[in-house]
Amino acid sequence: MSYLVNKQRNILDFALSSLLRRKGKNLALVAVYTLVVFALASVMFFAAALKKEASLVLSATPELIVQKMVAGRHDLIPMSYAEKIRKIRGVTAVEGRLWGYYYDPLVRANYTLLVNEKTALPEKTIAVGAGIARVRSAYRGSTMNFSSYEGKPMLFQVRGILSQESELLSADLILLSATDFRRLFGVPEDYATDLTVQVRNKKEVATVAAKIQQMLPDTRPILRDEIIRTYEAVFDWRAGIVIVVLLGALLAFLIFAWDKAAGLSAEERREIGILKAIGWETSDVLQLKFWEGLTVSLTAFLLGTIFAYVHVFLAAAPLFATVIKGWSILYPNFRLTPFLNVFQIAVLFFFTVVPYTVATIIPSWRAATIDPDQVMRT
Amino acid sequence: MRKSSIFISFILGCTLTLGLAFLDALFQKAGDLPLLRQEIKVVETLQLTDFCLATEARHTRHPSQSDWHSPFQSHPGALDHFPSGAIIQPPERIIKGHELPR
Amino acid sequence: MIELQHIFKIFNAGKPNEHVAVEDVSLTIEAAKITVLRGPSGSGKTTLLSVLGCMARPTSGRILLQNREVTSLPSRFRTEIRRKTFGFIFQQYHLLQGISVLENVMLPAYPNGDSFAQLKQQAEKLLDLFGLLPKAASKVEWLSGGEAQRTAIARALVNNPAVIIADEPTAHLDTKLSRELMEIVAKFKAEGKTILIASHDPIVHESPVVDQVVDMRDGKLMDSGAA
Ligand SMILES: Nc1ncnc2c1ncn2[C@@H]1O[C@H](COP(=O)(O)OP(=O)(O)OP(=O)(O)O)[C@@H](O)[C@H]1O
Ligand SMILES: [Mg+2]
Repeated sequence: MSYLVNKQRNILDFALSSLLRRKGKNLALVAVYTLVVFALASVMFFAAALKKEASLVLSATPELIVQKMVAGRHDLIPMSYAEKIRKIRGVTAVEGRLWGYYYDPLVRANYTLLVNEKTALPEKTIAVGAGIARVRSAYRGSTMNFSSYEGKPMLFQVRGILSQESELLSADLILLSATDFRRLFGVPEDYATDLTVQVRNKKEVATVAAKIQQMLPDTRPILRDEIIRTYEAVFDWRAGIVIVVLLGALLAFLIFAWDKAAGLSAEERREIGILKAIGWETSDVLQLKFWEGLTVSLTAFLLGTIFAYVHVFLAAAPLFATVIKGWSILYPNFRLTPFLNVFQIAVLFFFTVVPYTVATIIPSWRAATIDPDQVMRT
Repeated sequence: MRKSSIFISFILGCTLTLGLAFLDALFQKAGDLPLLRQEIKVVETLQLTDFCLATEARHTRHPSQSDWHSPFQSHPGALDHFPSGAIIQPPERIIKGHELPR
Repeated sequence: MIELQHIFKIFNAGKPNEHVAVEDVSLTIEAAKITVLRGPSGSGKTTLLSVLGCMARPTSGRILLQNREVTSLPSRFRTEIRRKTFGFIFQQYHLLQGISVLENVMLPAYPNGDSFAQLKQQAEKLLDLFGLLPKAASKVEWLSGGEAQRTAIARALVNNPAVIIADEPTAHLDTKLSRELMEIVAKFKAEGKTILIASHDPIVHESPVVDQVVDMRDGKLMDSGAA
């Protein structure tokens, strides 16, 4: 046992001496390699954390939403549809939602106006999201003016500010009463923006959606699963775009690393011959090359991953945030909850450490199997 | 000191730091749990469907609720993110819509 | 004791450029003696040494090392024999550039897996023996020719081999250094090591410490006799 450990440490010693001979070149290689791992890991951590957050937080979203479509566009839905849907077996409740957008020319931002029965706001009062409070300098008791669909001014008193902690969801929200909503936008009494449907058995949601589609062909059911998957796809795509942007650099590095790792110089070939002649076995030489490759790639992997963690979860990802999160005037202030898992790290390890190490070993294979007597005559 | 000792200490140090990162993630997560619960609560009471990440257009503010035909979209249901939407087909499931099993 | 029986080494056998480098060589090399292979350039000295030192397999024939047949052993065992039984001093030294003198000397012992402290001690003892201790940390490319050769000798000795094989060891040395080398070789002999030298340098084969001179020509042995 100690024999094996001693041997590997001896070989590692020599691998390090060997790498240190071209100190500048190898340090540059480790630096660039670290940067590559850092970029990949940052994107990966960031996208994974967003996806995880989406699937966790949006797990409470309505399990089925029904929109009415007119000429391919989302339209108001008559409450009579709710009655029809309620009759489908398995449906326990159908509610109309009232929500829409309001463009505020003052700050050139788009608000989301939303009616929530549970909040029970009196007429002429609103609750605003923290983002709006910020850009409009609104506070409890201040007033905000809106222009109705007929162009008439409507004055609202701010009753409350939505909590800052939920800004990721509510930065641009304005809650108001149903009466005010209908008055502001001219939505008739028997219409809603869309319907939320509750189903008794979770497994039947898809069936219910299909039945709704069959019964009311001008509707579009949206499942909770679809929403969560849409978000996963969106963040995956954004991460993908970053990687595509990085691809040029990535390829350049690959070529550089490949050349460095795989191109066995005449000098290196000669050294392998000498090692064999003084009694190293083929496997010893390959172990040496393994350690050389591992030293570089493991260092880069560990440093890159640590830097990425600091970048994404301690420094809020200044380098990639806008690309992956998106941009907006009413941008929410939020800090990502880190979701690290061993699998992610393993994937990263597999894609960064393994290829380089293998690329170092393979070309030495042939050189390591030559007859050592070549050395006697060079 | 032997070169290998220095290197092994360095690698162990890095691995330890990575372990600390995991620990930090755990602590941060534990610390954020009340916040996450609150967010879930907000989603539940307000019946929200989307993150407030980009408020500029309805297909960015509510990507899950937007029309099938929105600006620059290459296909109903395509991902609305240039240039991906122009390159990649939307998932089969989205194109098909909801059908009763036959 | 090493016994060679009808050794042939044929390069490119069956091809138009076929070359018989060693032809039917039978030879006994006594333990704890100095044997010199002498012959003109191209006579097959280097080839014979590499076959004998388990670096290359003979095309045919048998080699007995302490009555043990080694030609047909799997290469893993031959490597181990090469490492533990033979110490090689190459004509061009073949030290690894950019690596310290000490590490160069320790290299052949790395695969043994002995404790590092012990190994380092052994290597330093050898460097001390050759007056190279002050140079232990220097890189080999800074060494003078004589220092480089002594480093190469120290490296050949680090595994404490029973047989030392030297190919043209005086080719790059002046007369003084060549004589010094023969003194070192004499010391090894006194310690009971078997020594094999290929050389056409008179300083080597006329040295009084040499026990046996073997003449080669065109891959064949001429009559051999005591020096
Ligand atoms: N790998 C090989 N392929 C073909 N021919 C070879 C090979 N190795 C050696 N030879 C030939 O074998 C012959 C003997 O070579 P060897 O190196 O053993 O001679 P030598 O006695 O050591 O000569 P020198 O005194 O010049 O070192 C030479 O003619 C050489 O060209
Ligand atoms: Mg020769």
